[in-house]
Amino acid sequence: TVMAAPMTNDQSWFYALALGVSFLKCLLINAYHSTDFEVHRNWLALTHSLPVSQWYYEATSEWTLDYPPLFAWFEYGLSHIACFFDKEMLVVPNLNYASPATVLFQRLSVIVADVVFFYAVKECCKCLREDKGKDLLGKPSFILTVLLLWNFGLLIVDHIHFQYNGFLFGVLLLSIARHCQVLAVIPVLFTSFNCICFILTQRFIDKSRSSLFIKGQLPQVLSRLFPFKRGLCHAYWAPNIWALYNIADKAFSILGVKFRLLDINKLPKASMTGGLVQEFQHSVLPSVSPLATLVCTLLSILPALFKIWHRPNGARGFLRCLVICALGSFMFGWHVHEKAILMAILPLSLLAVDSRKDAGIFLMLSVTSHYSLFPLLFTTQELPIKIFLMLLFTIFSLASLKTLFRKGGALLNPLEVTYLLGLIPLELICEFVYPLTVWQKTFPFLPLMLTSVYCALGVTYAFIRLYISLLTCSDTTKKTKMQ
Amino acid sequence: MENWSLFSLCVLLGLTSRWAVSFHSYSGAGKPPMFGDYEAQRHWQEVTYNLPVHEWYFNTTNNDLNYWGLDYPPLTAYHSLVCAYVAKLLNPEWVELHASRGYESHSHKLFMRATVLFTDILIYIPAVLLYCFYFCDGFSKQKVATALCILLYPGLILIDYGHFQYNSVSLGLALWGILGLGLGWDLFGSLAFTLALNYKQMELYHSLPFFCYLLGKCIKQGLIGRGFFQLAKISLTVLVTFALCWMPFLSDPKQPLQVLHRLFPFGRGLFEDKVANTWCSLNVLIKIKTLLSRETQLFLSFALTLLFILPSSLKLLSKPNLWQFKLALVNSSLAFFLFSFQVHEKSILLAAFMLPLLVKDGLLLPYVVTSLAFLFLSLYLLSALERSTEEELRLGIYRKLTRHWLPKLNLSRIIKWKFWFSLVAMAALSFTSVWLEPPAKFPDLFPVLVSILSFLHFLGFIIYFNLVQLMEPQRKKSQKKTN
Repeated sequence: TVMAAPMTNDQSWFYALALGVSFLKCLLINAYHSTDFEVHRNWLALTHSLPVSQWYYEATSEWTLDYPPLFAWFEYGLSHIACFFDKEMLVVPNLNYASPATVLFQRLSVIVADVVFFYAVKECCKCLREDKGKDLLGKPSFILTVLLLWNFGLLIVDHIHFQYNGFLFGVLLLSIARHCQVLAVIPVLFTSFNCICFILTQRFIDKSRSSLFIKGQLPQVLSRLFPFKRGLCHAYWAPNIWALYNIADKAFSILGVKFRLLDINKLPKASMTGGLVQEFQHSVLPSVSPLATLVCTLLSILPALFKIWHRPNGARGFLRCLVICALGSFMFGWHVHEKAILMAILPLSLLAVDSRKDAGIFLMLSVTSHYSLFPLLFTTQELPIKIFLMLLFTIFSLASLKTLFRKGGALLNPLEVTYLLGLIPLELICEFVYPLTVWQKTFPFLPLMLTSVYCALGVTYAFIRLYISLLTCSDTTKKTKMQ
Repeated sequence: MENWSLFSLCVLLGLTSRWAVSFHSYSGAGKPPMFGDYEAQRHWQEVTYNLPVHEWYFNTTNNDLNYWGLDYPPLTAYHSLVCAYVAKLLNPEWVELHASRGYESHSHKLFMRATVLFTDILIYIPAVLLYCFYFCDGFSKQKVATALCILLYPGLILIDYGHFQYNSVSLGLALWGILGLGLGWDLFGSLAFTLALNYKQMELYHSLPFFCYLLGKCIKQGLIGRGFFQLAKISLTVLVTFALCWMPFLSDPKQPLQVLHRLFPFGRGLFEDKVANTWCSLNVLIKIKTLLSRETQLFLSFALTLLFILPSSLKLLSKPNLWQFKLALVNSSLAFFLFSFQVHEKSILLAAFMLPLLVKDGLLLPYVVTSLAFLFLSLYLLSALERSTEEELRLGIYRKLTRHWLPKLNLSRIIKWKFWFSLVAMAALSFTSVWLEPPAKFPDLFPVLVSILSFLHFLGFIIYFNLVQLMEPQRKKSQKKTN
């Protein structure tokens, strides 16, 4: 008998997908890696060669340890395996050491650490309502698995740029999955506390409250973790509110000078667009301080928290609140890195396979934010890879979600479709046309600024839509679909 | 999910793996004075751009044939010329006569890799898609699975994007030829195949089946009347295509002779290096290379090749249908590979058996990853389907794969065991070739073992496929769909 689709036993497709993406990651071992590679090598070296008391004080390399202690212990563990690959990478003064064995080890460590992520995804799939008898490619769990395991952002950031987000997000997703499975027991307070945790610790996801027992080092650790001395925006503006704020400020200053409302000599020099991380002042609009951003962030998520407190909506409500908190801290946070958007996209994937409206928001947010990650890979060699992978993920998410929710009309309205299609000319201009023009030398930051502002519009839109859907959804705890 | 999205996902996966493999080393990287195939292709761009046509194949002061002289037919030369024009636009140093020998740089590598990708996208990939769409039996998901397996075939990827060659052009054109014949467009098919032949003389391996199929078809239509006209039209197409390709060389009778002399270097001996064919393997037992004279060697190889081709060609002549055609393609190419003169291991395009070559090129990692991925994928996607003998063979025929389990009653278990045994043997040989030192008495032990193992497989294949072609009754399915 000839079957319609590759349907062996129930779970083998999961392992096929996991193995497939691991093969792809192995092929990318030789790709470009950013300075984050040296950062992690340095941390391997210093955790291996120095006593614990020195970890947060060591400053031979410019890349000082600025992740919480749990991560430092993780690097310490890794360093013991690193000995077998190349002892030289564990020598602290060996700055920028990148022998083939070192590259192989570090890349493999990310690939292997992703096993945590695989496990978490598997657990999340259990939370979904399953439709028996559906063809494999239309199953929500299959779609969710691909959306998470083959997530473009994770692949690009972890396996090319070089980071350990997969491992960390695995822990996050695992906690979400556990929540969904035992929600009846968790009080609402704990839920709100988790949400607040996300705002304060943008860079790490730690359900187990890491051990800050290091003797008298708390101030040093904190100062390393929360570098308020850095500027409002990262070198490349993350597509959040402050990007829009910056561009508005620039526009007003240019218009102001043009219409002679402002004196050009009195304006501070344009330094924020130089691409370096400095503290700077805005020209026309009021300058923003770290405290202001914190206040904005808290204000942005309070309505959501309040709504959840008042009317918990089961697992779906919790997830929605989580996504909003993550997005809120992304939108209004201080020195946000564009990679932080992944914190919102991954949980949103869980919602996307469950409801039509969320699928539409997910498509908008994921395509926009994945595109905003393009500047991370600026080398020519990686250009085809990022385009192919982006198309792969986008086509899959569009086609599969469309098939999943084929009843009830289109997922995206024409305006959204136009906006997303606008990314194509944007990419062509920024990567192909602009470098060939005369302005490349005088205004090298322009493509980055364009990308950042264009994507910020999309992200803001998604944020607003998510908020509206949270505030207007009716209480469905009685007939919640997600068990 | 819709067909177009599934097919585009396959294409994107294929393209991503191709480009990811291209990050790795190429043949002869950093190995003066001769370097490797990569330098050969660059050199041909230099020669074709800077020298007039009548000097391309001749040994002159400007063109040293000992340093990677042109030894492919004219179409390769024209292709190199076009690439050279683009190279000149980007960086004239790349094709500077004499001065650019051994030129190696990151941007040049990107350029060369890009040329391979370009022709792949233009010629090979559309042919594969059309082939799977029109000529694969079964539901659309099976077609997509087949397309994915073909696109991820490691041999082609590793040779074209690793070692560096343009096999996708000639194979793609040959595939277009097969497509043409399958759709009943004989003239288009002949044109495409003639172009393939004029690109790489290796396509001669496939020429006899093309010839017999078309001749047989014309005979069937009646040699007096329609058949004769058809034959005349086909012959005219072939002759005109040849004339057009060779036009610059037809002015002087010495030219085509010299070209042929370069294409068929009978002066070079029965075999070079370690090839998985009869002569190399036989040489281990009896030193035929030194025992027999050059003329005897030529005669012997000619006779044996003819012996092995004749049955299959005659069968095709008598029964010119697509099923026979495909089987004849396999048999003919295997026969040529095993018995003809001066065969290079690349002629077989089977990844596992080019191990020594790939290790020499520094392509161990992509070899391991792509072979494992391909093996896993084919086993998973294609064994899960209850395929009939015909499906599997059709795939195996075109790509000469090592999988050959068949539901042939009591033989199937033996075959399955043999398959796993072959895999283990290949894995063991790979491991030992890379990590162990050969004994001093037999420095070439591992490559020779690899060649002999492969040779035994191919011998088994050629016997098997000949048996199938000569004795299997026509399948009803193929009659309905493909005739």
